[in-house]
Amino acid sequence: MPDTLTKQVVEVGYGGNERLMMNMGPQHPSSHGVFRMILTLEGETVVAVDAVIGYLHRCHEKLGETLTYVQYPSIASKTDYVAAMTSELAYVSAVETIAKVEVPKRAQYLRVIAAELQRIASHCLWLGTWCLDMGGALGGGATVFLYCIREREMVLDRFEELTGARLLYGFHQVGGTRYDIPPGWDTKVRETVDFIERRIDEYEAMLERNTFFVVRTRGVGVISRELAQDVGVSGPLIRGSGVNYDVRRAEPYSSYGDFDFVVPVETAGDCYARYRVRMVEFRQSIRIVRQALDGLPEGPISSRPGVKSVGQVRVPKGEGYARVEGARGEVGCYIVSDGGPKPYRMKWRGASFSNLAVLPHIVPGHKVADVVAIMGSVDPVFGEVDR
Amino acid sequence: MTLPPVAWYTLEAFIVLNAIILLVTYVTLLERKFAARMQSRIGPYYVGRPHGWLQPIADALKLMIKEDIVPAAADRGVYNLAPIVFLVPCMLIFATIPFAPELGVADLNIGVLFFLAVSSLEIVGLFMGGWGSNNKYALLSAMRAVNQIISYDLPFVFAALVPVLLAGSLQMSAIVTAQEGLWFVFYPLIGQLAFLAYLVATLAAENRVPFDILEAESELVAGFRVEYSGMKFALIQLAEYAHMLGTSFLGALLFLGGWLGPGPAWLGPLWFLGKAVLIFLLVTWVRWSFVRIRVDQILAISWKLLLPATIVLLLATGLVVATRGAGGP
Repeated sequence: MPDTLTKQVVEVGYGGNERLMMNMGPQHPSSHGVFRMILTLEGETVVAVDAVIGYLHRCHEKLGETLTYVQYPSIASKTDYVAAMTSELAYVSAVETIAKVEVPKRAQYLRVIAAELQRIASHCLWLGTWCLDMGGALGGGATVFLYCIREREMVLDRFEELTGARLLYGFHQVGGTRYDIPPGWDTKVRETVDFIERRIDEYEAMLERNTFFVVRTRGVGVISRELAQDVGVSGPLIRGSGVNYDVRRAEPYSSYGDFDFVVPVETAGDCYARYRVRMVEFRQSIRIVRQALDGLPEGPISSRPGVKSVGQVRVPKGEGYARVEGARGEVGCYIVSDGGPKPYRMKWRGASFSNLAVLPHIVPGHKVADVVAIMGSVDPVFGEVDR
Repeated sequence: MTLPPVAWYTLEAFIVLNAIILLVTYVTLLERKFAARMQSRIGPYYVGRPHGWLQPIADALKLMIKEDIVPAAADRGVYNLAPIVFLVPCMLIFATIPFAPELGVADLNIGVLFFLAVSSLEIVGLFMGGWGSNNKYALLSAMRAVNQIISYDLPFVFAALVPVLLAGSLQMSAIVTAQEGLWFVFYPLIGQLAFLAYLVATLAAENRVPFDILEAESELVAGFRVEYSGMKFALIQLAEYAHMLGTSFLGALLFLGGWLGPGPAWLGPLWFLGKAVLIFLLVTWVRWSFVRIRVDQILAISWKLLLPATIVLLLATGLVVATRGAGGP
């Protein structure tokens, strides 16, 4: 053992004015994947935060250029693996924009059902992990976490019946969807969302009437309206800061115009506002699922049935961008095609990546305990940040 | 055959110590099963059927045979000593607790004072662990520990003094005897408020959620014990649970009438144990349903709310005792 190592002593001032550098991550119980924050502390107060990303970089966009339009959709789910359906949808929508492919109405509705169920599942995980961050693995947080996971499992069971997979689905394909719903599936989905709707009431009662939860979240991590727009956050974050922006409403895709739903907006901009936005989104997603199941039209599920080989889908020369409202915000996919079976260039706009950029603006000035609360309310998924 | 007093006390201490350790191990199982029920899980099941009754033994064995790692940069002396310094006061508090009339190691005439004084010594071991580990998480946690325990020892002591005033004695058996007419928790208004303050302060003194900022695994990984492994970790765990159990026993004794209860006299210790477990479960229930609060909020609760409230309560108790006399209503 080198002698210098044993004599190394951490110097900390008793007055709390000397600064302490502390690493949070990449391996840390609340790092939500592999995120590293280098915190500069004065006592318990954070004075600066340095966010380091890239620990999960897998060259995903380059990989997308080596796979054909038929192969990639199932890989696209690996960007945001907690809400896999939305990234698949963004990719196939971008391809459809370039190729000007018409998607049958039934497929559009199926896409909506999948996307909204996915939002419910993703928000379940968010609520659980966020409470786990604030309440600890050995406390009330773990209780909420296990409740949420129990409900998420039900949605994943429905996805398993639909696609055969529980996490990364490969449900979408260029021109429609790959699978139609199995018999009896719609009844099961209705039962599931009814059940979850009741559970959401329970969560709200459990959390909002809990003073400790409220004092931990109210006024913590405030993102002002201006900051939200400057940084370019999206999803529940920007809606929690008073901006009424939702891609489903701003630029309806996949027949979202047919459905009646509310875009929740809160003006406070703190963790509690983001929590409220997501809780309302739970209910709105359930509403949309019900409407889509009620009005599910008959017909083909794909305008390109019977794809025989992986290279068969050809897309004309051109470029296209498609965006969808994922669980975490706006997920965009930009594709340049040179007319071959694979994209010439592709680029993701990860919602988590843009949302994470707000952290250095809002974290300084808070206590260490608030860092994890803010982090959880941003709800990043690192597959999407690092790609 | 008569034993010399020293040998007699040693034997008694040995028996109580082992009984407590066994009890503490099984209290962990109780908590795990209880938490599992709350979270719609089953909990320990397979190690020793039915319901994992061998699980605590398996855990203890596992911790004993685990590799003991000392960080290269740790202050070895302090680091190795800390678990013992932490454990000793947590075990010592059981010395004064009478489990039934004449059944205990030493029923001191200043029993409550001894308990309160010794139980607040645990902070020394805790801080030694946090400091000696030479880890930033542990250090922050140790700082928090000092903050929190100093803040909550005062309301804890004041809340515990209410029954003492009512009974007019610091001797634990005398406090129980004073409750023969009415348990102090049923004493109008004062009793309930004092019990509530006692429970809150207990939560903080035991570092349970929502006051578990020293452990705070989502912020500080595991706080002051992040670098501990194997047997030393087991000692720290043992000490924490022993402290929890000790304060539960004290609560049962001060407020719930100790071993008093219907039935023959030999049921006394069982009544006492049952009441202590009830308090333990109450604390566990709170633990598994709240989120943790922040360090500044914890201090605010203590200094701005709990401490003034308990002082006022103590004054009110003094007035009541002065007008109606000590020793029950």
